[in-house]
Amino acid sequence: MVTKTGLRAALLMTGALLSGIAFAQPAPTDSEKEIERYRAMISDPMSNPGFLAVDRGEVLWATKRGAKNVSLEGCDLGEGPGKLEGAYAKLPRYFKDTDQVMDLEQRLLFCMKTQQELDTADIIKRKFSGPGRASDMEDLVAFIANKSSGMKIAAQLSHPKEKEMAEIGEAIFYRRAGTHDFACATCHGESGKRIRLQGLPDFSKPGKDAQDSMGSWPTYRVSQSALRTFQHRMWDCFRQQRWPEPEYGAAGITALMVYLNKQANGGEINVPSIKR
Amino acid sequence: MKKIVLTLPLVLSALAAPAFAIDAKRVDQVMQDMFGKAPPPWQERMQLDETERTCTDTRSQPNAAQAKEIEAREAKTVVFPADGNMLGDWKAGYRVANAGTGLQFSDKADAFIGGNCYACHQMDPKELSYGTLGPSLAAYGRDRKGDADAVKSAWIKLYNSNAAVACSMMPRFGHKKVLSEQQLKDVMAYLFDPESPVNK
Repeated sequence: MVTKTGLRAALLMTGALLSGIAFAQPAPTDSEKEIERYRAMISDPMSNPGFLAVDRGEVLWATKRGAKNVSLEGCDLGEGPGKLEGAYAKLPRYFKDTDQVMDLEQRLLFCMKTQQELDTADIIKRKFSGPGRASDMEDLVAFIANKSSGMKIAAQLSHPKEKEMAEIGEAIFYRRAGTHDFACATCHGESGKRIRLQGLPDFSKPGKDAQDSMGSWPTYRVSQSALRTFQHRMWDCFRQQRWPEPEYGAAGITALMVYLNKQANGGEINVPSIKR
Repeated sequence: MKKIVLTLPLVLSALAAPAFAIDAKRVDQVMQDMFGKAPPPWQERMQLDETERTCTDTRSQPNAAQAKEIEAREAKTVVFPADGNMLGDWKAGYRVANAGTGLQFSDKADAFIGGNCYACHQMDPKELSYGTLGPSLAAYGRDRKGDADAVKSAWIKLYNSNAAVACSMMPRFGHKKVLSEQQLKDVMAYLFDPESPVNK
């Protein structure tokens, strides 16, 4: 049994080791091999603190809260009320009751509001965890997504609104905007490229890059000591893209996720994963 | 009459290959909803100018006529230093080339704004942490032997990349006021100065 503190210290040491190696070795190919080795070392599921979030999420799912004092167990994530197995693999998807395509986080907010009558302003304020600030959303997503681990991404594209969202996501992916004219495609439109030493997955075509990426969220980010969801990944991308801070749970983020899942269709989900 | 003949191929090509199945107005609306609560200056940044619109609609693959139009329009925006000197201090230029901070919503208003050249380009061959989205710029000045035309071309490219290559991936650093004139001069020196590690 590895303690969380002990684990973090070990990971920090690996990180220090890595940066030493990455900058001391003469050939970039050697650095890349070392980065690969580091990734293999940190992706041991038995020592992944992301599973602590899974456990917290399990408790939150069953906790009675809100004005109605009920749990989320009646929430329909697309497979029927309370059915969690494989639900994440098919999200985002169209929901008849809202006439909208929703991702997991939008759907959870909807259930909190309508079934629990919970104050979602507080939930949204804690959308991302930080020192001394737990995030119910991160924990719930970790728990629910884990119920699709080992399954394959099944992009939902049969409903006209799902198709429309994929098209909107694709258009946003190629949109040049902001002070730097960056589109998602500027960095993710070609295979085998990197920023500094960081490899960039190519999302412009269906296949392994998209499958490996989309199948690995939510993830435990070692550098942030936090479980992060796909909403956070998009938030962080927009930040680096010099775009404004996005609205949490905005349709545009769901649209990008539908487009990316389309590229990642059939990829295996292994979550929570662990990343740098 | 002449004008109509010239613009006709543009219109035809736009009709022949719609890049996206979705209505552009619908996408604009989703974008507006996603960033609608950002402060007004951020909203302005997100309005597409003509070049960004064409590059978006063509997935940054403009046809020959569109490329010509973009390059001509963007070339008009390029401002050269009043004193004619395009080369500043290479040491200050290194800081600009190396820094990835500035203009992110997580940055403080007074954060140093870098050009982040190393994110995409190799420059000093001793620096191993460089990106590969752009071509290597190692020995940039040495290879060009201080040629005046090469200096001018590099200034244009840094000031407004789209004046050189329509829908270039590179930011329009001068035109979009990302970097100041002095910062551009310093980066130019980092590229061209014989003492700069780029040319060692």
